Amino acid sequence: MKFEDIIKKENLIYKKTPLMTDNTLSYCPGCGHGTAHRITMEIVEEMGIVQDTIGIAPVGCSVLAYEFMNVDMTQAAHGRAPAVATGIKRCWPDKFVFTYQGDGDLAAIGTAETIHACNRGENITIIFINNGIYGMTGGQMAPTTIEGMRSSTSPYGRDAALMGHPLKMTELVAQLPGTCFVTRQAVHTPSAVRKAKKAIRKAFELQKEKKGTTFVEIVSNCNSGWKMTPVQANKWMVDNMFPFFPLGDIKVPE
Amino acid sequence: MAKELKLMKGNEAIAEAAIRAGSDAYFGYPITPQSEVIEYLMAEKPHERTGMVVLQAESELAAINMVYGAAGTGKKVWTSSSSPGISLKQEGISYIAGSELPCVIVNVVRGGPGLGTIQPSQADYFQATKGGGHGDYHLLVLAPASVQEMADFIGDAFDLAFKYRGPVMILSDGVIGQMMEKVYLKEQVPRLSDDEIAEKYPWATIGKPASRERNIITSLDLDSSKMELHNIHLQSKYRQMEEEEVRFEKINCDDADYLFVAYGSSARICQKSIQLAAEKGIKVGLLRPITLFPFPKKQISEMADKVKGILSVEMSAGQMIEDVKLAVNGRVKVEHFGRYGGIIPTPAEVVDALIEKIIGE
Ligand SMILES: Cc1ncc(C[n+]2csc(CCOP(=O)(O)OP(=O)(O)O)c2C)c(N)n1
Ligand code: SF4
Repeated sequence: MKFEDIIKKENLIYKKTPLMTDNTLSYCPGCGHGTAHRITMEIVEEMGIVQDTIGIAPVGCSVLAYEFMNVDMTQAAHGRAPAVATGIKRCWPDKFVFTYQGDGDLAAIGTAETIHACNRGENITIIFINNGIYGMTGGQMAPTTIEGMRSSTSPYGRDAALMGHPLKMTELVAQLPGTCFVTRQAVHTPSAVRKAKKAIRKAFELQKEKKGTTFVEIVSNCNSGWKMTPVQANKWMVDNMFPFFPLGDIKVPE
Repeated sequence: MAKELKLMKGNEAIAEAAIRAGSDAYFGYPITPQSEVIEYLMAEKPHERTGMVVLQAESELAAINMVYGAAGTGKKVWTSSSSPGISLKQEGISYIAGSELPCVIVNVVRGGPGLGTIQPSQADYFQATKGGGHGDYHLLVLAPASVQEMADFIGDAFDLAFKYRGPVMILSDGVIGQMMEKVYLKEQVPRLSDDEIAEKYPWATIGKPASRERNIITSLDLDSSKMELHNIHLQSKYRQMEEEEVRFEKINCDDADYLFVAYGSSARICQKSIQLAAEKGIKVGLLRPITLFPFPKKQISEMADKVKGILSVEMSAGQMIEDVKLAVNGRVKVEHFGRYGGIIPTPAEVVDALIEKIIGE
C-alpha cells in the first residue's frame, strides 16, 4: 500500500494541524506540553484566526514553543508573559493574544504580572501548564509543588512550615473581577484532552467578545522532573495532584 | 495643531512631544522626579487625541515588558522612569536589545545608589552607556540639556530606534525634568495605521497571513555559533552608530585654552562657568556630548590637541571622565569635578575646580 492510499480521504480520521510545525518537539516523551500545544493550535486553526493570533512563549520547558506553534510569537522574559501580552493586546485590541506559561513562570516569578493582567481584565487567554515542578532547570520545587512532593530543592519532600504552601493560582485569579472564565483541565487521557480543548476554545471565543481575561490551567506531568516513567507520572498526577488541584470550571461567565 | 510656544516642565514637554511625534503607546510606573510624564499623558487623554495607548503598569518590570510586547508589533512605544525604576527594567531592556526591537526609554536620573534621593544626578551614565543589563549591547543614548531638547529628542529617538531596530535612551536628570522653560512644540505627526505598520515592518508579530512564514521575536538561540553571529551583527550596528550618529555641541571652543566636557544640566552650568572664567581672564570652552553612546571621541580627541587641560564636569563621582580619558589618551591633563548624591554644583565651584585641578597655582 502506498502512502497516498493510506491517507485517502475516506481513510483519514486524524490529521496534524498545519499550525504545528514539523520541527522535532524538544519535550521529553510522555510530557503533556506537546499535547497542550497541539490542542491550542487546533483551536486557532478551527476558529480560522491564525492571521490574527499572537502567542507569547515563556521561560521554561516551553520557551521554544515558537519553534512548534506555527503562529506569530514573542518569547517573553521569565514570568513577564502577561505583561508582554498586555502590551500587544492594548495596541491591537482586535487580535487574539495568548500566553503559554509554566507554574514557575506564572505563579512564582511572574505572580505580579499574572494577578495584575487578570485584575485589569486584559482580553487575553492565559494557558497555564501546572506540572508542580521546574522542568527546564532540572526539577526544582515550584510554587505548585504539593506538600510532601520531592524535588531537587525539596529532596525530603515539600515541608510547608519551611518552604511555604503550594499555591492555587487558578482559584486565586478566579476571585478577581477582571477574569471571566477560569478553569482547570488536564491532558492525560483522550477524554481529558477533548475537555481541555473545549475549554481553550471557549477561552478564545470569550476573548473575541472582550469579556475579560480567560485562564485555562492544565494540570500536567513532568515525568523527567518527577523521575518516573510517563505512565507512572500520569498515575501519580491523578492520585496526588488532582485531589489538591481538582479539575473543572472554577468561574464561568453568566 | 501648528507649531506653538509653551512654558512647560521638561517632563511635560517630553510627554506632549511624544503624543505629537505619533507615538502609539506609553507604559510606565510612577517615580519621582518624572511622575509628571504619566500624569500629563493621563490628563491629556491621548487616546482621544490620537488613539495613543497610555497604561499605568503594576511595576517597572511589567512596564518594560509591555513595551517589549508592543514594540514587537511595530508600534512606536516608549516608557519613562527614574534611576531605581530603570534598574528594575534592565532585564527587559536587554531582551529588547537582543531581539532587536525599537523603543524609547527615558531616564530622569536621581541620586543613588539604592533608593538614594529624589534630587537630580548624573550617576547612571555607566548604566546607560555601557549596556546596563546583561550581555553585550548598547543603547543609543541622547542627553538633553533643556526643556526644548526634551521635546525635540523624543521624535529623533523614535527615528533612531526604528533606523537601528533597537532601544534608544533619553538620559535626562531631575533638573531638566522638573525645570520650566519655554518650548516650541512641533506639529502633530499622524500615527501609522495598522496596514502601514504591516507593510513597513514585515518582522512585526501581528498575526501570520498565509503569504508569509510566522514571525518570531526572541533573543534566544541555544546554538552558540549562531548566537555569536547575532552578537557580531549587533556590534556592527553599534559601529555604524559611531560612524553616523555622533552628536555634540561646541561652545567657545575656537580659541579656548581649557575645555569643559559636560552633558545635560552640567553643560548648562558650565555655560555660566565659561562667563565667570572669562571675567578672570581664563579662556575655557565647552564640548557637550549630545549622544553619550556613540560618544564624541573624535571631537574630544581633536580638542585635546588644542587645549592645555580638560575638566569633565558631571553630577557623579566621575563616570564620563573614563570615556574622555580614553579619547584624550594621555595627551593632556584630564580631571573630574562633580557633586553628587543629589547636589547640583554652582558655576563658581566649577571654575574653582578648573583653577585648582587643571590650571594650578
Ligand atoms: C530571571 C530568570 N530567573 C531564572 C531563570 C531560570 N529558569 C529557567 S526556566 C525556570 C523554571 C521554569 O519552570 P516552569 O515555569 O514551571 O516551567 P516548566 O519548565 O516546568 O515547563 C527557571 C527558574 C531564568 N531563565 N530567568
Ligand atoms: S522536563 Fe518535564 S516539563 Fe520539561 S519536557 Fe521534560 S517532562 Fe516535560
